[in-house]
Amino acid sequence: MRKRLLCIISLILICVSLCGCHGSRDSGAFVLPEEFDESRQYEITFWAKNDTNINQVNVYKKAIQDFEEIYPNITVSMKLYTDYSRIYNDVITNISTDTTPNVCITYPDHIATYMTGNNTVVCLDELLDDEDYGLGGSKVRFDSPEKQEIVPEFLNECMIKGNCYALPFMRSTEALYINKTYVEKLGYEIPDIVTWDWIWEVSEAATQKDADGLYKVNGQKIMIPFIYKSTDNMMISMLKQLNAPYSKDDGSVLIFNDTTREILYDIAGHTAKGAFSTFKISSYPANFLNAGQCIFAIDSTAGATWMGSKAPLLDIPKDQIVEFETVVRPIPQYDTSNIAMISQGPSLCIFNKEDPQEVMASWLFAQYLLTNEVQIAYGMTEGYLPVTRKAHESREYQDYLSREGENDTVYYNIKIEASRLLLENTQNTFVTPVFNGSASLREAAGSLIENTCKSVNRKETIDDAYFTALFEKLTTLYHLDQISTQKGGKDLGPLPPTSIALLASLGIAWLLIGIYTLIGYRKDKGRK
Amino acid sequence: MKKLLTVLLGLMMILSLTACKKQEEPQVDPEPAPVDDVTVMSYGEYAAAELGTKVTVEAYVQAAQSYWQGAKLYLQDQDGAYFVYCDGKGEDINLSEEDYAKLVPSTNYGEGWTGLCDGTKVRVEGVKSAWSGEVEISEATVTVLDGEKWLADAKDVTALLGSDELEAHMNEKVAFKGVVVEASKDAEGNDVPFLYNYDGSGEEGNNNDLYFNVSVDGEQIYTFVVESYLCYEGSDVYEAVKGLTIGDIVDLEGFLYWYNGANPHITSVVVK
Repeated sequence: MRKRLLCIISLILICVSLCGCHGSRDSGAFVLPEEFDESRQYEITFWAKNDTNINQVNVYKKAIQDFEEIYPNITVSMKLYTDYSRIYNDVITNISTDTTPNVCITYPDHIATYMTGNNTVVCLDELLDDEDYGLGGSKVRFDSPEKQEIVPEFLNECMIKGNCYALPFMRSTEALYINKTYVEKLGYEIPDIVTWDWIWEVSEAATQKDADGLYKVNGQKIMIPFIYKSTDNMMISMLKQLNAPYSKDDGSVLIFNDTTREILYDIAGHTAKGAFSTFKISSYPANFLNAGQCIFAIDSTAGATWMGSKAPLLDIPKDQIVEFETVVRPIPQYDTSNIAMISQGPSLCIFNKEDPQEVMASWLFAQYLLTNEVQIAYGMTEGYLPVTRKAHESREYQDYLSREGENDTVYYNIKIEASRLLLENTQNTFVTPVFNGSASLREAAGSLIENTCKSVNRKETIDDAYFTALFEKLTTLYHLDQISTQKGGKDLGPLPPTSIALLASLGIAWLLIGIYTLIGYRKDKGRK
Repeated sequence: MKKLLTVLLGLMMILSLTACKKQEEPQVDPEPAPVDDVTVMSYGEYAAAELGTKVTVEAYVQAAQSYWQGAKLYLQDQDGAYFVYCDGKGEDINLSEEDYAKLVPSTNYGEGWTGLCDGTKVRVEGVKSAWSGEVEISEATVTVLDGEKWLADAKDVTALLGSDELEAHMNEKVAFKGVVVEASKDAEGNDVPFLYNYDGSGEEGNNNDLYFNVSVDGEQIYTFVVESYLCYEGSDVYEAVKGLTIGDIVDLEGFLYWYNGANPHITSVVVK
């Protein structure tokens, strides 16, 4: 009796000991069922991001309505967001309580973090290729695109560690929106591909003031010639164009290098002359551009409907708008024969659930968002580009592109030019490596520029010591020294004393149990 | 033998449980207490300071938006008002959530939450900045001070609407009395008394900002907002705006925020 009790206690102890090794929730990996059970009802949740744009919200709503008509056994509840970081934050919170949405709009950088929970995000490899329910599958009830009809560059962006964990939903890049009227007034002609040298030169020319302290080019008190919306992208793109290191797939952080330092010196110099600022320091580039207070605005092609004096969406009073001609160009380049621009935009990820049939319902809905109906409709809301060639080549989309400038709403010329920019430069796009921590690295890249500009504005000394201190500060702030690389991982240091004591006592206990059992066995044998 | 084994097993259990213990954060030295010889600016000195200048002020917290990657505070003293914006990440978050909790009635964010405070005094050290016309203190370090509390009365600025003088009251607790609710246009072009988000892209249950138009004379239209991170859906003001009808005459109170022009964050609506 005592032995049995001891055995039970030992087993409990082993279980308790193993619990100490437990980290995050470990649900089973999704297993593709043979059939989707359409006799059952499913309720799935979709966390959607829009650009505070009612047209995008309406596209989502119609997509859900149409999908529910095709699959009456699936109900989709949508939660609207206007900020990727809010979705990210909510997903992280809900992973711990196992209340993630079924489908969610997100960035691959964020998915890499979601994946730190085991099997949290569904790997799509098998689903993509399934003959019945995969892309273009025979049992899918709508005209789904086939896998090869997704733009390969965009699908590749959803690969993490060699597996596909997302579907691209929309793609955009950054564009340079230019006040052509002012550039010509300054005596310059806009090249097809703008260089960094050119944009800095024209920007500095625009800082000239008259005797009354007004800027000569616009006659106003305010002129910020060049404003960049996303300084994360600015730094990343400049490094890419210079073929300088940023990070590696294995999670190595390489951004703190001499090229970065040179870029920052350059930006600091132009900031000191009043030629440059950022969204975080000043405000939306579009607002300054439209008020005639900015000549070069770099923002997403997905923000094209805000750009220009005839923009359909406005954020400033109409009486502040200045008439000018707007042109769209790729972002400035160091080498015009080898241009590079970032690819960005929302992707769709599917969260794992205990019921694989529920995951199938989620997958079908996500797949529906890649149909021409949804892709073209959403693409027309902004300067987004649909992610499928099926949509690009469709008569409806070609008709849309051909009607550029027909009006200043649906066919707003700047919006369509922005879409064309990515369409014609897909092969020139790039993305950065995705790993757990890549989102933080991206933020640090932007902070390098933001901090430098702020320091310049405050007349602080910008020198090597400044940058060395800044690099160290951002490394700590964004925990970049704690990112585990795949090669060998991070050295966690010596075991803490409690762990050593635990392991020692485990060993001793098992040794004594063994001795005790052996003695008992011998005694029993002796009695026999 | 059995006793020894029992003792060892007991020890093992205790050690096992330590593995469940949350890893302690490394000890960080507390922020040094404010040095008393810091020169605190008067509101007048602050107002006269150039943008980009490092500033130190002391004032009373009138309201705070919900804590999200830092704090956004509405401050005021007897001479003027300030907006404190701690943007996002790391170095700019110089008010801990723990200290923030001392300023607001509750941090249990949810339906009906408001960030209307009881006037705790704080010291703010930061940089005078401007963003879309809003003059604010950014990169701020906020220190909660003991002592008296103070809340400002709302100043009636109805007569200043549309005038250049209104800007002098930026960030103050203000009142607009007897203004008329005017129509907003929804996405279908219908006349509605308010919109979820500026263009109607939000919806009920999503804690979106509420935008509504008012006028004094029926001609010049002003757009006001219920900032949903200051007054959540379900709060009195949020529900009051949802209950407005076009043509209602209302008394409003709020903070005179600025975004490319006056953009008051309304905290009280009374239909007359």
